[in-house]
Amino acid sequence: MGLMDRHAIIEKNATLLLVGSLLVVTVGGIVEIAPLFYLDNTIEKVEGMRPYSPLELAGRNIYVREGCYLCHSQMIRPFRDEVERYGHYSLAAESMYDHPFQWGSKRTGPDLARVGDRYSNDWHVQHLADPRSVVPESIMPSYAFLKDMPIEVKDFSTHLVANARVGVPYSQDMIANANADLVVQADPNADTSGLEARYPKAKIGDFDGNPQQVTEMDALVAYLQMLGTLVDFKTYDEAAGYR
Amino acid sequence: MRFGTEIVLMGFFTFLALVAAGFGVDEPFRQHMWVLFFVLLGFVVVLLRNTSFAASAPIDPSAYMDGPIRYGAIATMFWGVVGMLVGVLIALQLAYPDLNIEPWFNFGRLRPLHTSGVVFAFGGNALICTSMYVVQRTSRARLFGGDLAWFVFWGYQLFIVMAATGYLLGITESREYAEPEWYVDLWLTIVWVAYLILFLGTILKRKEPHIYVANWFYLSFIVTIAMLHVVNNLSMPVSLVGSKSYSAFSGVQDALTQWWYGHNAVGFFLTAGFLGMMYYFVPKQANRPVYSYRLSIIHFWAIIFLYIWAGPHHLHYTALPDWAQTLGMVFSIMLWMPSWGGMINGLMTLSGAWDKIRTDPIIRMMVMAIAFYGMSTFEGPMMSIKAVNSLSHYTDWTIGHVHSGALGWVGMISFGAIYYMVPKLWNRDRLYSLRLVTWHFWLATLGIVVYAAVMWVSGVMQGLMWREYDEQGFLVYSFAETVAAMHPYYVMRAAGGAMYLAGALIMAWNITMTILGYQREEQLMPGSVPSLQPAE
Repeated sequence: MGLMDRHAIIEKNATLLLVGSLLVVTVGGIVEIAPLFYLDNTIEKVEGMRPYSPLELAGRNIYVREGCYLCHSQMIRPFRDEVERYGHYSLAAESMYDHPFQWGSKRTGPDLARVGDRYSNDWHVQHLADPRSVVPESIMPSYAFLKDMPIEVKDFSTHLVANARVGVPYSQDMIANANADLVVQADPNADTSGLEARYPKAKIGDFDGNPQQVTEMDALVAYLQMLGTLVDFKTYDEAAGYR
Repeated sequence: MRFGTEIVLMGFFTFLALVAAGFGVDEPFRQHMWVLFFVLLGFVVVLLRNTSFAASAPIDPSAYMDGPIRYGAIATMFWGVVGMLVGVLIALQLAYPDLNIEPWFNFGRLRPLHTSGVVFAFGGNALICTSMYVVQRTSRARLFGGDLAWFVFWGYQLFIVMAATGYLLGITESREYAEPEWYVDLWLTIVWVAYLILFLGTILKRKEPHIYVANWFYLSFIVTIAMLHVVNNLSMPVSLVGSKSYSAFSGVQDALTQWWYGHNAVGFFLTAGFLGMMYYFVPKQANRPVYSYRLSIIHFWAIIFLYIWAGPHHLHYTALPDWAQTLGMVFSIMLWMPSWGGMINGLMTLSGAWDKIRTDPIIRMMVMAIAFYGMSTFEGPMMSIKAVNSLSHYTDWTIGHVHSGALGWVGMISFGAIYYMVPKLWNRDRLYSLRLVTWHFWLATLGIVVYAAVMWVSGVMQGLMWREYDEQGFLVYSFAETVAAMHPYYVMRAAGGAMYLAGALIMAWNITMTILGYQREEQLMPGSVPSLQPAE
C-alpha cells in the first residue's frame, strides 16, 4: 500500500484530519515564538529603561487609539540612511515595557522611535492641530480636538495595575501615586520630586499651553517627547549589552 | 412558541448592554454599549414581530439548509461594497488630506475599518456561506445542529458591527487585522467555536465515505484561525466594564506573536479558506474533475505546515533576533512551491475546457483569480528575502502586494463563487446578465493592474529616495519631500480602487436583479453556442 493510498485513512476520518492539521500548524509557532520567552540574548541589557509615567502611558493610549502606528513606525533598522535620519537603531530592550508593541509596518510618515526632544512642545501642538501649517507637504490628519478632551484622571491607577499584571514592574508606590503623578507631570509649578524619583528623565511641563486642565494633547505630547530618550547612547556599549 | 428562548435570551443581553452603558468606566465603552443596546433591541423587535404560537412546519432532515447561505451571499455583497468604499475613501484621504474629518473619520480610525471590512466582513462572510454550501453538497448531509447555522451567521454579523463601530469610536488593540478589543474578541471566540462545531458536525454525519478536498482546506482554516485568534488576543482588561486592555506580551515577543497571527490570517483566512472555495467552485463551473488528487494531498499538508513559519518576514532587520528572521525568510521562500501547487491544480482543472475562458465570464473570473494567486505567491516569497525586504519594507510596495492578493485572488474567486451560487440558491435559470459579469471582470482586472503597478512604482521610488546619497555623502531627500513625491501615485491608486469598486457595484446590481427574478434579454456570449457550419 503506497503512501498516497494510506492518506485515504485520514480522508475518511474527520477527527484524524482535524487533529492532524492542528498538530501540523502548531509546530512553526512553538519553534519560533516559545524560545523568545527564555533565550537571554533576545533582549540585551540596557541602562535607563523604566516603565511609562502615568501621563506618558495615557498619551501612549491616545497614540494607539488614533491609529498613529498605521503610518508611523517606531523601529529604526540598522542601515546607514535610517541611523542618520532617525538616530541609533532600535534595541529590543527599548520596547520591553510596550504592551502592545508599536513597531508599525508602514512609513507614510517618518519613524518616531526617537522623536523625543527633537521639536518643542509648541511645535508638536501646532503640528498635531494643523499639520500643514508647519510641514506643507504633510498628509497627516488634524488632531486639534485633543486640545478640548480632558484626561479622565479618576482611577488611572487601574491602568498601572493592569500593566503590572502582565509583567511591567510598576511598584506599589507608583500605583498609589498614579493619579497624582498624572496631573503633576503637566504642571510646571507643582512639586515633581516624587514623580522624578519614580520616573527618571520624565519631561515635565504644560505641554499644550493650557494650564486650566490636563488634556489629551498634554498626554500625547508628553509621550512623543519621551520617545527614544531613556537610553543614553553616548554611554551604551554594544558589546557589553550583548548576552 | 417560535423564538421563545431566543427572545428571552436576547432581551436579557439587551438589558445587560444597557447596564454596561450605564456603569462603563470610560466614555468610548459607554458609547459602544449604547450601540450594542440598540442593535440587540433591533434583534428583539424583529424576533417579536416574527414570532407565532402555531406549530412550525416540520423540517425535512434530508433537505439542505440554504437559508443562512442566502443571507450570507447577500451579506458578502453588502460588506464587500462597504469595505471597498471605505478603501477608496482612505485612498483619497492620502491624496487629499483635507478629506479627514476628526475625530471619527480620520485615516487612523478608518483604515482598520477598511481592512477588517474587506478581510473579515466581505471575506469572512464569503468563506462562511460558501463553506456551508460546499460541506452540505459534498457530504450529502444537512447542516449539523438545527439553528446553529443561524447563530453563526447572526453572531458573526454582530461581531462585524461591534468591531466596525468600535474602530470609529477609537476602541482598538492596535494589532493589525486583530484590532477589536477584548470583549469583542471573546464574542468572536464563541461564534468561531460554534462555526467549528457546525462544520465538523456536518462532516461527521456525511453520507460520502471520503471527505472532499475542499473541506480539508475549510476545516484547517477554521481550526487554525481559532488557535491564532485566541493566542494573539490574550490581554488584560483594565476593567470588566471598560474598553481598554493591555496585551499579555510586550515588545519583541508581542511583535512576533502579532505577525505569527498576521501572516497566518493571510495564510489561513485569505488562502486556505479560499483554496477550499477554489476546489469546489472551479471544477463545478468548468464541469471538469480536479486536475490531480496527489498534488492536492501534497500541497495541502505542505502549505499548512510551511505557512505558519513565515510570520517573522514582517520583522526583517528589526530588534527580533536574527535566527528568527532567517527562519522566517527560509520558510517563506519554501512556501512558494506548495502555493504554486495549488495554482497548478486549479488552472489545470480547466484542461479540456480552456475554450470556456472565451465563452464563460465566470470561468474567466476564476482563472484570473488563480493567476493572481500565482503572481502574489511569487511576489511574497521574493519580498521576504532580506535584501529585497530592506527596500520594500515600510513602503507602498507591501500595500500593492497585499492588494494583488486581496483584490485579485480573494475578491475574484469570491465573486466567481457568488455568481455560481446565487442562481442555484434562489432557483433561477441563470444570472440576470452575463454581459454585466464581463463588465465586472474587465473593470476589476484593470483596477487591480492600475493599483498594483502604481504601488510598485511609488513603493520602489520611496524606498530608493529614503536611501539616496549625494557625492558628498549626504542624504538627498528630506522625509517631507518623499511624501510630496507620492501624491500623483496616490491619486492614480484611488482611481484603480474606484474601478474595482465600480465592478463590485455592477455585481451588486446583477445579483439583486437575479434574486428578484429578472432576466435581462441579451445576446449570448460570442462562441457560447456552436455555430452551424454551412455545407461546402
